[in-house]
Amino acid sequence: MAVSDNPILQVEDVSVARGGQLLLKHIAFAVQPGAALILKAPNGFGKTTLLRALAGLQPVLSGQVHLDPDTAVYAGHTDGLKPTLSVAENLRFWADIFGTQTITDSLRLFGLEALQTRLAGSLSAGQKRRLGLSRLWLAKRRVWLLDEPTVSLDQQAVGQFAAMVGAHLQAGGAAVIATHIDLGLDARAQILDLAQFKAKGAALERADEAFL
Amino acid sequence: MKALLLRDLRLSIRAGGGFGLGLAFFLILILLVAFGLGPNPALLSQAAAGLLWLGALLACLLSLDRIFALDFEDGSLDLLATAPIPLEAVAAVKALAHWLTTGLPLAFIAPLLGLMLDLPFAGFPWLMGSLLLGTPALSIIGTFGAALTVGLKRGGLLLSLLVLPLYVPTLIFGAEVARRGVEGLPLATPALLLAGISLVSMALLPVAAAACLRINLR
Repeated sequence: MAVSDNPILQVEDVSVARGGQLLLKHIAFAVQPGAALILKAPNGFGKTTLLRALAGLQPVLSGQVHLDPDTAVYAGHTDGLKPTLSVAENLRFWADIFGTQTITDSLRLFGLEALQTRLAGSLSAGQKRRLGLSRLWLAKRRVWLLDEPTVSLDQQAVGQFAAMVGAHLQAGGAAVIATHIDLGLDARAQILDLAQFKAKGAALERADEAFL
Repeated sequence: MKALLLRDLRLSIRAGGGFGLGLAFFLILILLVAFGLGPNPALLSQAAAGLLWLGALLACLLSLDRIFALDFEDGSLDLLATAPIPLEAVAAVKALAHWLTTGLPLAFIAPLLGLMLDLPFAGFPWLMGSLLLGTPALSIIGTFGAALTVGLKRGGLLLSLLVLPLYVPTLIFGAEVARRGVEGLPLATPALLLAGISLVSMALLPVAAAACLRINLR
C-alpha cells in the first residue's frame, strides 16, 4: 500500500496477539486525513484486537503504530453507558471528559433529542448504540477507531451513522472501521482485507496474559 | 476529573448505587456484636473502639468491587483509558468518590453506634478523628485491589482476600488511636502513623492501580 505525504495514522509491520495466540502479523497500512479504512475479516480473525492495539489499549507484539497521542477515540462492542443516568447526563459526562461544550449536535445527529431525559437503562439496544456512537462526535478527535459500529442499528440509523462518518471525513478526520456492511462511503473508503496478514495459528512462547 | 467525581457520586445515590449499603451493614454488624457479647456494659465498653473500627473496615470492603467492575463491564473503562485524563487520576478520583460515599459517612455515624456499645463520651471525638484519618487509606488500598481484580468474573471474594491483609496496619493504628482516646492516654504516635499510612497509600497506590488497570484492559 502506498505510503504518501502525511498520513494521520500509519502502521508498520505490526503483529498482534490475543490469549497467547498470534493472530495477525506484518500488518502495514496508512490512513490519510479525510479517508476511511474498512477492515474486512471473518469473526475471530483479530479485528477487535487490532483496533484495541491501535487505540493503545493493548500493546502490539512487534512493529510500530504511528499515531499522535490523544488523537483517537475508540468505540467497541460495548456502549459505555450508565443505565441509571439519563441520556443527556451520559453524554454530558463524556463531553466534560473530552472538554466539549455542547451536546446538542451529538444528540441531533442520531435524533436523540426526544429521549434526553430517559434513563439510558430503559433504551432499546439500537437506541443505546446510537447514544454510544453519538459520543464519537463530541470527543472531537481526528481518528475514529470503530469496532462493528452498526450492530443492532436499523436502516435509518445506519444512514445517520454513515452521514456522521461522512461529515467527520469531510472535516479532515479519519476512521478505521471494522464492519461487515457497506456504509456507502464510496471513494473515501479503502477496504483492507485482513486475510493477507493472517498468522498461521502459532502459539506464543512467552504469553503475557492475565496472571490471576 | 470533576466530571468523573460528580458522575460517580451521582451513580452511587441512584438506584442500585450502593450508597447506604455500607452504613446499613455497619449498623447491623454492631447490633449483632452487641447481642452476641451479651448485656455486659463493662465488656462492651472495653471492646467498643476496636469493634467499631473493625465494623467500619468491613463496611468499607462491601462496595469495593463496584469501583471498577461496572465501568469495566459496560466499556466505560476502555473509553476512560483513551480519554484525555490519565488512568492514575481516574484511580485517585474513584478512590475519593468511594471515600466520600463510604468512609466519610461511616466516620460520622460511628459515634452514634458507639452509644450502643457504651463507648465512653471522651472517646467520641477520637473515634471519629481516627476514622476520618484512616478510612482514606482503606478506600485507596481497596481501589488498588479492585484494579487488580477488575477483569475477573465474580472477583469480589478474591478482592476481599487480597485487600484484608493490606488493611491490617490501618486497623492496628486506627483502633489504637480510638482506644487511647477512650482511655485518655497520649495518642500522638499511633495518630501520626495512621496519617502516614493514609498519605503513603494516597501517593503510591493510584500509580499501582493504573498499572494494574492497563494490564487488565489488554
